[in-house]
Amino acid sequence: MTFDAARPQKSPSADLQPDFVQIIDVTKKFGGATAVDHVSLSIRRKELFALLGSSGCGKSTLLRLMAGLEAPDSGRIVVDGQDITQLPPYQRPVNMMFQSYALFPHMTVEDNAAYGLRREGVGKAEIRERVAAALDLVQMARYARRKPHQLSGGQQQRVALARSLVKRPKLLLLDEPMSALDKKIRQQTQFELGNILYEVGVTCVLVTHDQEEAMTMADRLAVMNDGSILQIGTPGEVYESPTCRFAAEFIGSTNLFRGVLAADESRLFNCADLEVPLQVHNPMNARGRMEAQISLRPERITLSFEPAGQEFNWAVGKVDQYAYMGSYTLYYIRLASGRLMAVDMSRMAVRAMQRAPDYGDTVYLSWGSDTLVVLGS
Amino acid sequence: MTRRTVSRLRSWLPSGRTLVIAAPFLFLLIFFMVPFAAVVKISFADPQMSIPPYTPIVELKDDSLRISATLAHYRTVLTDALYVDSYLYSLEVAALTTLICLLIGYPACYLIARSDPSRRNLLLMAVMLPFWTSYLIRVYAWIGLLKNQGLINKFLLWTHVTGEPIKLYHNNWGLLIGMVYNYLPYLMLPLYAHLVKMDLTLLEAARNLGARPWQAFFTITLPMSARAIVASSLLVFIPAVGEYVIPEILGGSNSLMIGRVMWDVFSVNNDWPSASAATCALVLLLLLPMALFQRVQRREMTSGL
Repeated sequence: MTFDAARPQKSPSADLQPDFVQIIDVTKKFGGATAVDHVSLSIRRKELFALLGSSGCGKSTLLRLMAGLEAPDSGRIVVDGQDITQLPPYQRPVNMMFQSYALFPHMTVEDNAAYGLRREGVGKAEIRERVAAALDLVQMARYARRKPHQLSGGQQQRVALARSLVKRPKLLLLDEPMSALDKKIRQQTQFELGNILYEVGVTCVLVTHDQEEAMTMADRLAVMNDGSILQIGTPGEVYESPTCRFAAEFIGSTNLFRGVLAADESRLFNCADLEVPLQVHNPMNARGRMEAQISLRPERITLSFEPAGQEFNWAVGKVDQYAYMGSYTLYYIRLASGRLMAVDMSRMAVRAMQRAPDYGDTVYLSWGSDTLVVLGS
Repeated sequence: MTRRTVSRLRSWLPSGRTLVIAAPFLFLLIFFMVPFAAVVKISFADPQMSIPPYTPIVELKDDSLRISATLAHYRTVLTDALYVDSYLYSLEVAALTTLICLLIGYPACYLIARSDPSRRNLLLMAVMLPFWTSYLIRVYAWIGLLKNQGLINKFLLWTHVTGEPIKLYHNNWGLLIGMVYNYLPYLMLPLYAHLVKMDLTLLEAARNLGARPWQAFFTITLPMSARAIVASSLLVFIPAVGEYVIPEILGGSNSLMIGRVMWDVFSVNNDWPSASAATCALVLLLLLPMALFQRVQRREMTSGL
């Protein structure tokens, strides 16, 4: 992850309260549909936490519950030791940056940023000072007198950020912060936004359906589906060792195998798609023979024209499709069983072969046992 | 014909777009501007017993061309207490009508716009329902409601709210009730169209930033609908100033709005020039708020709100 190089990982050190934000067994139903289903979650102080999932998974509802824009059917929400479940939104120490930014169109940038402080009854001089500081932080001081419709999407986003930070919330909520931006400026903005949030040191929950965005910005993330949290971990943990099929497929792409894991010391996994059994490194908590799924990331597979010479963890097939993606080439290899395997080969790896594999070539696939992740059923 | 001459010819002909835009303007030119020019002309003439009942402005008599125009009627209109009082009274009634319409209409529009989308159309239909019956019939129907033996007074007597009938008909109460009743939909429809379009996440953002619901209303909803309020108010105010039927039917003998005065001068006194001058003065009087209305509309279009 490139972002770790740009900014030190906020590791869970002792001074960070691990239960700064607590969501305790929260459920929210709309009519008959359960949007959030008995979710519990703890967020550390100063952490940037991402809720990741596809649309309708309940992540936005969870965010709105934290903001107080929806009331939970059951459960509690605690921020910094204060139970805010029953508080109306205007009394919560929580500010939100809306997906559409929701800037007030009849107010200048300055007045937008000052809105929250004016409602609090902060003195005029202090408002001026804090608004100026907030606009400085997002580099929008020059545009203080503009109206929102005179700004670009990226500028609007920064004003919205300043507006939600100026009240110094204990918890900042970001609802799909990048979705209204062009793809090109999105990545740059992700870094900028991450840096600003790090500088401010605010505890932050980010909702997104974009795994790249979650991985770029978040210290930890939660994968959500059908109103439940499936896995919580750092981006690295969730990517490297997903605990369920949904997490494995949602974050990055993967080759999934369904089969039977042996109970004995052999740690062998038999799958109808593969002629040679898989040997896993760490069979998790397998007790006895069990049905299991195994995830194998495309970039962990090596292609060669010769057999790799290992007993397990290899396959042979023909190149079915390939696509040049720039930094890597994506191959689809069809095995004898008819199963297609995705393989990402970096330029270096392709160069290491005598020639680049072409359509119809017979190639051998191999991988290390430690790259296989056994998923819970 | 060569292709070039065809295209040259075509460039001289107006495009379809121009024609479509021109059609309503042509209509207004023929049926509004030309008659209005006649009214302007008559306003400078003198009344006389003839057909038509005014002196010609341009006359060829004894080999000499005579142009006679008088500003006397304008002087009358602007100085005579009858006219001046009528103008002021009309403005007062129109302003009061607009204000009451706004006080009733704005909350109603707000609640309709915030109500369940499936119920909105039904509620909106109720606002437009009066349009299904003739305007004149509806105004006459109010007599049945307002007069001393009318439905309202019968009800009030029956419930012993009052011992004797309250006079609501042929006075200012009747006038005002009729005006508000008639003009309310003209205010509500554009106001509703604006309020229903409003982005509700703005209110969520306001609440999120610490605004109580009433603060959010006064800092976000109300200022954002200011232009719609002005536009729809002018839509009521401008025609209300010149209203004739309602003061004639429901108003008292002292409800002398300028529309009634014009009609009396025109048909009873048979003084066309004075009536014309009164009309022109009224148009000039209304041009001011209309110009304002245009400016508001133009700003609304360019600001993209």
